Amino acid sequence: MLRLEHVSKTYRVGSFGRSKLAAVRDISFDVQPGEVVSLIGESGSGKSTIGRMVLRLLTPTSGSIICDDAEISRLRRTDLKEYYRHVQGVFQDPFSSYNPIFKADRIFGMVHAEFFPRVGADEWNERVRDALESVALNPGDVLRKYPHQLSGGQLQRLLVARALLLEIRYFVADEIISMLDASTRIDVLNLLADLKSRGLGILFITHDLSLGNYISDTTIILRHGSIVEMGETEKVFGDARHPYTQDLLASVPLVHAKWRTNGTGGGAAAVAAAANGAPPGTAAPELVLVEDGHLVAAG
Amino acid sequence: MSLHVEDLRVYYRTLAGDVKALDGVSFDVADGEIMGLAGESGCGKSTLGKALIRLDGRMRYVGGRVVLDGEELPIWDDGAMNDFRFRHVSIVPQYAMSALNPTRKIGRMIHELLRTRGANRNGAQEELERRLELVGLGPDVLGLYPIELSGGMKQRVVMVISTLLDPSLLIADEITSALDVSTQKAVAQTLVEFRDRGFVKSTIVITHDIAVLVQVADTILVMYAGKLAEKAPAEEIVSSPRHPYTRLLVSSLPEVGVRYAEKKLYGIPGRPPSLLDPPTGCRFRDRCPLATDRCLQEPPWVEQDGRGIACWEAAAVAPEILPVLVETR
Repeated sequence: MLRLEHVSKTYRVGSFGRSKLAAVRDISFDVQPGEVVSLIGESGSGKSTIGRMVLRLLTPTSGSIICDDAEISRLRRTDLKEYYRHVQGVFQDPFSSYNPIFKADRIFGMVHAEFFPRVGADEWNERVRDALESVALNPGDVLRKYPHQLSGGQLQRLLVARALLLEIRYFVADEIISMLDASTRIDVLNLLADLKSRGLGILFITHDLSLGNYISDTTIILRHGSIVEMGETEKVFGDARHPYTQDLLASVPLVHAKWRTNGTGGGAAAVAAAANGAPPGTAAPELVLVEDGHLVAAG
Repeated sequence: MSLHVEDLRVYYRTLAGDVKALDGVSFDVADGEIMGLAGESGCGKSTLGKALIRLDGRMRYVGGRVVLDGEELPIWDDGAMNDFRFRHVSIVPQYAMSALNPTRKIGRMIHELLRTRGANRNGAQEELERRLELVGLGPDVLGLYPIELSGGMKQRVVMVISTLLDPSLLIADEITSALDVSTQKAVAQTLVEFRDRGFVKSTIVITHDIAVLVQVADTILVMYAGKLAEKAPAEEIVSSPRHPYTRLLVSSLPEVGVRYAEKKLYGIPGRPPSLLDPPTGCRFRDRCPLATDRCLQEPPWVEQDGRGIACWEAAAVAPEILPVLVETR
């Protein structure tokens, strides 16, 4: 189990880091194997910071992230390598994840050299083919190609295949389909659901409520770095209790229904309120249990 | 008839040859109409938007005409188009940050812009403040630098600037794509508001997000691989799409309420053809579940009951049967 306990992250901003910005405030939740947890929030809500802390690209200012009884910030050398064998992530922009002057399948060679130096070339190629198959890619289409010769969806799937070559148990998907086209994004999303049924725990980070709703078991709504509402997805979406969640749901453009018009003034006022941000130094609101498996921030 | 586009062709020059990004596109936009332009990346929708206002260095005008309010736009002539830009045709680009000069305060930038167009500065000032207020911004934003505004505020400032001279046609290119949902709603509704108040006569909203178009647009035009696929009133395009591509595209959109465990959605297998050397005939042929030998020939654009479609087979198959055929592929 991957567990976050009272995790906070404060960035130093401004000239000489004089002011502080609380990007993540007192977050606790866990990801079970075979579960998709969505972190949903607008820009600046701290959702990507959480994903980066889980991948140890950032260190929490306070609190702890625990993977199978080990506090990940204490991992060193072999233990850390072992951690990355089990926990991997894929990010938003597939094109910047690749080095444009090397062929895209170099990412597999790097995993081979780094994690499985004893595996022979033939067996490795076999494993690569299996991994590509499980992400629905045809090896002939994608191997020995440069990144610019492949589509965004193919590149994202190659990155997922790379993660599958390791014995991953937890997967951080940070906006992985935001840059993909409508006709291919749903396939990548279905791929994540497929991984979930194989027992992977997935942290799905998105700003798109409908995508989070489609795939996740647990939904966490974030605002200004703290949890506004969390719980089982049907409960959070079906019976949103916090006014912020209700506002978000009302703003989502639906294909088969129109927004209730409240004039530009209303919309603009809501935006102005959202842009104010969390006052510095305020504590994260406390979460209250409103029903079984559904927590809402007080106040 | 406000805007009339006829057989417009614009290619991109590359070392490998011409990329036919816009390959014979004809449509009309009526006065007061907000037309949504939807499609996947690389389908030519942004090329179309740019072609109506300014061809960049890589783009080559090949043929076709654009008539705005009875006057032909010289889109092949960068200099001659200057008389039309901003006054008659205006654009709101995707990244508002790159549309604003980072070294000028907003107010000064607007004044410089108006001066180059010879507009009356004093009258414009009042109008400017009135319109900023309309989009929820106080006159104090004029004394700020672009970096001091949030993404949604910048987007609305640019919208006000672009429409200050009451252009006949406004092109909004992916203006909501980089915004959060609540900001997206405010910006999208501003587009409707501007049309309702007569600041712009007609608007073309370009986006890959069909759900946003359903909210704001009157009609939606779907493009595929440099050509038109289907045009219909906004509600009809999602409730009763006829073209197989539109049908598959709409059925692949997840909505709040649709869950993987209950209803699995599917994407469209395959990818769009390369526009460097596009196949003859229907360009959706390889991915289409209805394709027959007839599709080797180019499908004609057929208009009927205010809807248009370029497909051989959809016309032969009753609209009610089409969804069933497509889903059992």
